[in-house]
This record gives sequence, structure tokens and C-alpha cells, in this order.
Amino acid sequence: MADHVTAPEPTAGTLRGSAPPPSLQVCELAFAYPDGHQALFGIDLTISRGERVALLGPNGAGKTTLVLHLNGILPAGHGSVTVGGLPVAKENLREIRRRVGIVFQDPDDQLFMPSVGEDVAFGPANFGVTGGALRARVDTALATVGMSEHRDRSPLHLSGGQRRRVALATVLACEPEILVLDEPSSNLDPVARRELAEVLLGLDATMLMVTHDLPYALQLCPRSVVLDDGEVVADGPTRELLADPDLLRRHRLELPYGFTLS
Amino acid sequence: MGAGHAHPLYLAGTSPVHRLPSEVKIVAAFLGVVCVVATPREAFAVFGGYLLLLAAVWTVARIPPGWMARRSLIEAPFVVLAVLLPFTGAEPRLEWLGLSLSEPGLLGAWNILVKGTLGVLTSLTLAATTPLRDLLLGLQRLHAPALVVTIATLMLRYIDVIAGEARRMRLARISRGHDPRFLWQVGATARGVGSLFVRSYERGERVHLAMLARGWVGEMPQLSDEATTRRHWVAGLSPVGAALALAVTGWLIT
Repeated sequence: MADHVTAPEPTAGTLRGSAPPPSLQVCELAFAYPDGHQALFGIDLTISRGERVALLGPNGAGKTTLVLHLNGILPAGHGSVTVGGLPVAKENLREIRRRVGIVFQDPDDQLFMPSVGEDVAFGPANFGVTGGALRARVDTALATVGMSEHRDRSPLHLSGGQRRRVALATVLACEPEILVLDEPSSNLDPVARRELAEVLLGLDATMLMVTHDLPYALQLCPRSVVLDDGEVVADGPTRELLADPDLLRRHRLELPYGFTLS
Repeated sequence: MGAGHAHPLYLAGTSPVHRLPSEVKIVAAFLGVVCVVATPREAFAVFGGYLLLLAAVWTVARIPPGWMARRSLIEAPFVVLAVLLPFTGAEPRLEWLGLSLSEPGLLGAWNILVKGTLGVLTSLTLAATTPLRDLLLGLQRLHAPALVVTIATLMLRYIDVIAGEARRMRLARISRGHDPRFLWQVGATARGVGSLFVRSYERGERVHLAMLARGWVGEMPQLSDEATTRRHWVAGLSPVGAALALAVTGWLIT
């Protein structure tokens, strides 16, 4: 993580030639579900290339709704989302979905092919990669998460931690611009949790991690964004946010028992 | 279930039959059964020829005949009908060990029995030498409807997930004193089946989202680029050639 940037750069979207566009730029995003429930009220969020950001917030804060906007599964009610300079719009949907790699919370939802290797190949094959290039993608992705020897097994016969790492590989194989992880540490035993953290820290990727696991956010993400009631209520260095007990209490966030930050 | 996605009808191996592309085997099995069905039922010897042909394939594929015989018991329930025919069939009748049997009934029963058995044995041979996953790839290459292949592929993956969910729900029920042997407790089981359906449906929605997120556009991508050559087809269809010769012989001798 050599070229890691901590400060958000809100003007990056207009830069030309000099610097790459931000991996993710969300502007005034608002969304209401068809039943009238307003889930997002004008979200602004910019994530530069190479940044690792945690998205924190209580249940029902709109975290998942926001994530589903990033790759156009939910269409923006108002405002815009751009990924690596490309706006999320119907005509760009294919490229957007390649650029935004979402690792879903339950690996059993993510891993739907009969074998690990086929599942990892599913994404890149959909995006037009074939033959030797496809095999190379699968090899690289599985090697990155340390699952190469399980290539021909069924996801059913893997442990929870292994499934989670394969789910990560299925997304890495698409070579995304930004990696979005939904509760990556849920249902993992402490060892699997640490192993996943090691894999994630070893990746040279832009990352948005949705989580309730505050120590995990502290370990992996230098920057955090707190979402509550469909609004960004805090955005700053993770350590500072987690050391603010009032902020945490106001937004139903809580460090585990025995945990203090100063 | 062993490693990978083996099914109980599959016998792992590396014989030439195992290595044939699955679409060749599917077509060969189908045409083989067509030959059997088209053979006149009075051509008794020809059916023995079919059995010898299958036995030859088993030898090449290293499938023990006993292994095959045990699995062919799957046919047993269907045989019941065939057994009834000689007793209920039309005139003329013949006496055998004090039983009065109908001659057309006997022939009808023989027809069902021998063709059914050969069909089952052929299907079992296909299943014994082809993993489920390859069967689906074969269907895809034979241009079976994309929706069918997709559904079958997902079923292959999720059948055990759903079975696991059902098992956990059952454990949770009996841990709270549920005992479905009592008739009045059957309702809980029924509600369990209902909620299992809802859960599976919801999972289906989540899986669909995950598929969309990785660029799915309605068809399973072709993930294997191994080409099927003319040699494969010739090798795979040679038993069908023999079966065709047998069928023609059957027509000539009756």
C-alpha cells in the first residue's frame, strides 16, 4: 500500500490527464424504495484510488442500499455515482459491474457454481475473457487468497473462512476498480477472521468495507464513514472516530467489551 | 457424497469412456435407446446382442457388472405392471405350471421388461461414466435451452444447501420437544416446509443479485474450451453403429 492516500480529494472528478479519477464518487445520492420509504438523503462520498474506507452505521442506516447503487442494481433516485470516472448509467452497466466488485455477506449466495474454479471464472467469462487469459485470471485470483489447491472442489465442502476467501477471489478475478465488502468478518472464527484480514491487507486495491465490526475497521481501514438514517454523519480517520464515545453512542455503534481507544 | 460433486450413480475412473466428451455420450446413449426401442419384440436374440454390447462398454469403462446390477434395481417398481400383463392379457392363453397365461400378455410383458431394462442400463452407463457437472456442460454444448441448463446448474449447487437448512430447522424443532410421529404435530412440519420455501425463494433473490453483480446476462458462460473432435464422435458413436446393425438384423429376422 505504498501510494496510499488518506485525505479525500473532492475535486478529483474534474481533473484531466494529471491524476486518475477517483475510484468512487457519489454526489447528492438520494433514493426512496417503491413503498415510499426514503433510504438515502443526499449522500456525498469520494474515495481515491488505493484508499481503504470503512462504511459504518447501525442496522437500517442505508448501508446496503448505498452498496446496491454502486453497481447500478438500484437506480439512483437523485444524484449520481461515478466509478473511475464512468457514470453509473444503463448504457455503462456492464463495465460498471466489472469495475465494482461486490463481495456479498453470505458466501453461499455468492458461490453458485458447482466448483470453486468455475465460480471464479464466472465473472471474467461474463465480461468476455476466454481461453488462456481466463485460466490465468482464475489462477491469479485463487493464488491471491491462498485457495489454489481447492480449485476443483465444491464450495459446499469448504469451511466458512475458505468460502469467504473464494467469494473474494470471484470478485478479484474481474479485476475491479473498487472492491466492496459487505460484512466481511461476519460468521468467521478468530483465525479465519485474521487470515482474511491478512489477504485484504495484502491487496493493492481500493476498498469500501461495510461492517459492524469496529476493531476490524480499525485494523483494515485508515478512513471511516459513518452513515445513519440515510446521511453521512461523520467522515475521518478511523481511530479518531472510534475514540469519540459520544459519536458512537449517537449512532448506535459500540466497541466490543473491554475495548478502549484513546 | 464424496469430494467434488460426485453422485451415487457415478463411478470415478479414467477409462476412454470416462474421457469422452459428455455430449458425445449423451447423443450415443439416446441413439442407442432409440435402436433398442425400434427393435421388434420377437427378435429375442437381438436383445442378447444389445446386452453383450453394453457389457463390452462396461469392460472398457471398467464398471463391474455387479455394481451395475445393484443400481438397476431402480427399475423394479416399473416391472410390477409388466408382471401383471400375462395374467390380464387377451386370448389365446397357454398353460404353464398350472397357470393360465395370455400369449400377447407374455409378449407385451417381455417387451416392456427387456426394453426398459436395456434403457435403464444404458442410462446407468452414461451416469456411471459422466459426472453431473459434465452432463450439464454436454447439454449446454448440445444447445439445450439456456434456462434449463441454468436451472439445473443452480440446482446442482443448492440442493445440499437447502437440505442443510431443512436439517437445521428440523433439529431446532425437535430440540423444542417436537415429535412429528404424533399426527397433531404434523402441522409444524408443514409450516416448516412452507418457511423453507420462503427462505429458498429469498436466497434465490440474493443469488440473482450476486449473479447480476458479476455481469450475468441470462446465459451461463461456456467455461470449458476443450474442443470435441471428429475422433471423439467416431469413437463414441461406434457402439451406436453396432446397435443400429442389431436393430436392422432384428427387422430382417422377424
